[in-house]
Amino acid sequence: MTLLAHPETWITDHAIPVGTWSTDFVNFVKNNFQGFFDGLSNVLGFLLDGTTSLLHAVPALLLIVIFAALTYAFKRSWRMALFVFAALLFILNQGYWDRTLETISLIVYATIACMAIGVPIGIAAAHRPALYRVLRPVLDMMQTLPTFVYLIPTLVLFGLGSVPGLISAIVFVVPTPIRLTYIGISNVPRPLIEAGQAFGASPTELLWKVEIPAALPTILAGLTQVIMLSLSMVVIAALVGAGGLGEPVVEAMETVQIGKGFTSGLAIVIVAVILDRVFRPNKESSSA
Amino acid sequence: MSFAAKFEAVDILFPGSADRGARARMQTALAALDAGKTRNDIIGLTGIVVGAADVNLEIEQGEIFVLMGLSGSGKTTVLRALNGLNTISRGRITIRHGDELVDMSNPPPATLRRLRNQAVSMVFQQFALLPWRTVRRNVELGLELRKMKPAEMRAAVDQWLDRVGLLQWADKHASELSGGMQQRVGLARALVTNPDILLMDEPFSALDPLIRNKLQDELLQLQRTVQKTIIFVTHDLDEALKIGNRIAIMKDGRVIQVGKPEDIVLRPATDYVAEFVAHMNPLTAIRAASLMRPIEALRAADGVHRFNDHQDYVLHLDTSGQLIALHRDGAASPFHQPQPGVRCPPGSTGIVTGQHLLKDIVEIRQQTTRPVLVADNGRIVGCIGTTEILDALTQAGRADYRDNTAALN
Repeated sequence: MTLLAHPETWITDHAIPVGTWSTDFVNFVKNNFQGFFDGLSNVLGFLLDGTTSLLHAVPALLLIVIFAALTYAFKRSWRMALFVFAALLFILNQGYWDRTLETISLIVYATIACMAIGVPIGIAAAHRPALYRVLRPVLDMMQTLPTFVYLIPTLVLFGLGSVPGLISAIVFVVPTPIRLTYIGISNVPRPLIEAGQAFGASPTELLWKVEIPAALPTILAGLTQVIMLSLSMVVIAALVGAGGLGEPVVEAMETVQIGKGFTSGLAIVIVAVILDRVFRPNKESSSA
Repeated sequence: MSFAAKFEAVDILFPGSADRGARARMQTALAALDAGKTRNDIIGLTGIVVGAADVNLEIEQGEIFVLMGLSGSGKTTVLRALNGLNTISRGRITIRHGDELVDMSNPPPATLRRLRNQAVSMVFQQFALLPWRTVRRNVELGLELRKMKPAEMRAAVDQWLDRVGLLQWADKHASELSGGMQQRVGLARALVTNPDILLMDEPFSALDPLIRNKLQDELLQLQRTVQKTIIFVTHDLDEALKIGNRIAIMKDGRVIQVGKPEDIVLRPATDYVAEFVAHMNPLTAIRAASLMRPIEALRAADGVHRFNDHQDYVLHLDTSGQLIALHRDGAASPFHQPQPGVRCPPGSTGIVTGQHLLKDIVEIRQQTTRPVLVADNGRIVGCIGTTEILDALTQAGRADYRDNTAALN
């Protein structure tokens, strides 16, 4: 086949082996760093499952009361505490309590990991325009790439279970705290930075005494989003065997059970509403 | 008097983007500057903005030195070079910190931080208070960066909050305060570090006129006790004349005249300065010494001094020039030295010093209904009647004032 005679056939015959390359890459990583990934998987698995069992050890009703009390301590609102109490009771009633605990530990670790990774990277990017130029397309790709696509290599590297669910959630969610921290830090008013400098602050002091406090409302908005986005990953995480509230949804879909699909979906919505209301920054505390 | 800060042939150029050609462009721009090219030429040629060019200033200890000019004249650029917020491209800046002379021409970071923390502090136009901190915590900033113990810090801070009248507000957030109060916090924050030099970048421009006036008075009051070297940037000539011991007028990045307020008003170096001066408020700018009619001009043929407005109003001076008696229409007439805030008795001639402002003189003239005499260490040197006041207000007598002032100096 010549290029000139049949250009289209020539082009399809000479496919650039992008797929092969990515397979090779993942295999290369797997073969050479399996020890690292196994270690990571064990540690994360231990944390996740440990936390779930820990929550499990507490009687459900007691835990519901504790959650409601925490809500009151956090928000100073009886109505909100009462709502949390009633909503969790409903989840228990519908038989999704264990699933909810699994989902909560997944969200807790995804959130901790995303903030621990995202905030420092966001700060570094705000201070180094060149770094942000490199980072931006990577973040765009992480957020636009369909989740299932990177679920496959995660499965290869971490196996089935709660860990690949956590990792997928982190990959999907971590761009958000990076972006919001970047926005918060780079929008600190110039005069405030100069005030810090003019009184002799070193770059580190400037970061802790001026930049982070000034960016805190934006960073906290990032925290709320991280929690919600992690929750949105539960169904996908369930596909790789992470358990949680996504699992009954997947089962209901495979076996076409309308009732089960509805109740499990409702449980996810309830958890989402609770987390959103409880972790949305108070109006007063955002200015302080 | 030794200097507190000194600028020697300082050029400040803003390079814009920091790419590979920046160095070469800077060299081109500096060469163009030396060749006498204008700011606009240099921007067109290299994209580099000349912030300030060939600035030579010597700021004395304990004075309020005003940098005056329109926006874009380079006044803030020069100010910010003193604490390294702007880096200088050429020349030398030296400041005195205690007994030490420090080269501030782009010093190493550690030195810069030490000087910012101990020697030079700053008050900002938009206050630049940290909104999440209370008033007290805002004032603490400089001392906190000095790693001072909390108890010590609190004592020092509260003392300053008390001096600016905000102690009751110490636990409020900065955003709960009015603009004038916020700037008082800014002032306390700057002074609590006990700096050698205080930089004030249009500190009162963002305030409404009444509050601005009040804060100017408070600053002058404060300066009587703290005796700091203050470098004050403003675009308002009235403010410059009121606040400044000396004023530097800037235009297009260059200093075009430096002098005492009277020098600027009476001997503008260029048409540009003269035009500025034409728009000022004479009431708060012209002083008795410059608008009075010298006493020699009142000397009549018979050897006594008579007021020009009223020929039967006679001054009897002794040989040293002290006033012995005043006679009006044949009868003895009282005289007195007006005190601030005290109403002058009608019919009694007021005797002021050469430093009194025109607005004081108008007030005294109105209350006494008599002309005002000007004395220098007890010696009568001049007189101000209605004619002199009106001349000063219409500025018709400008040339005369110059001669008078020249005669006095």
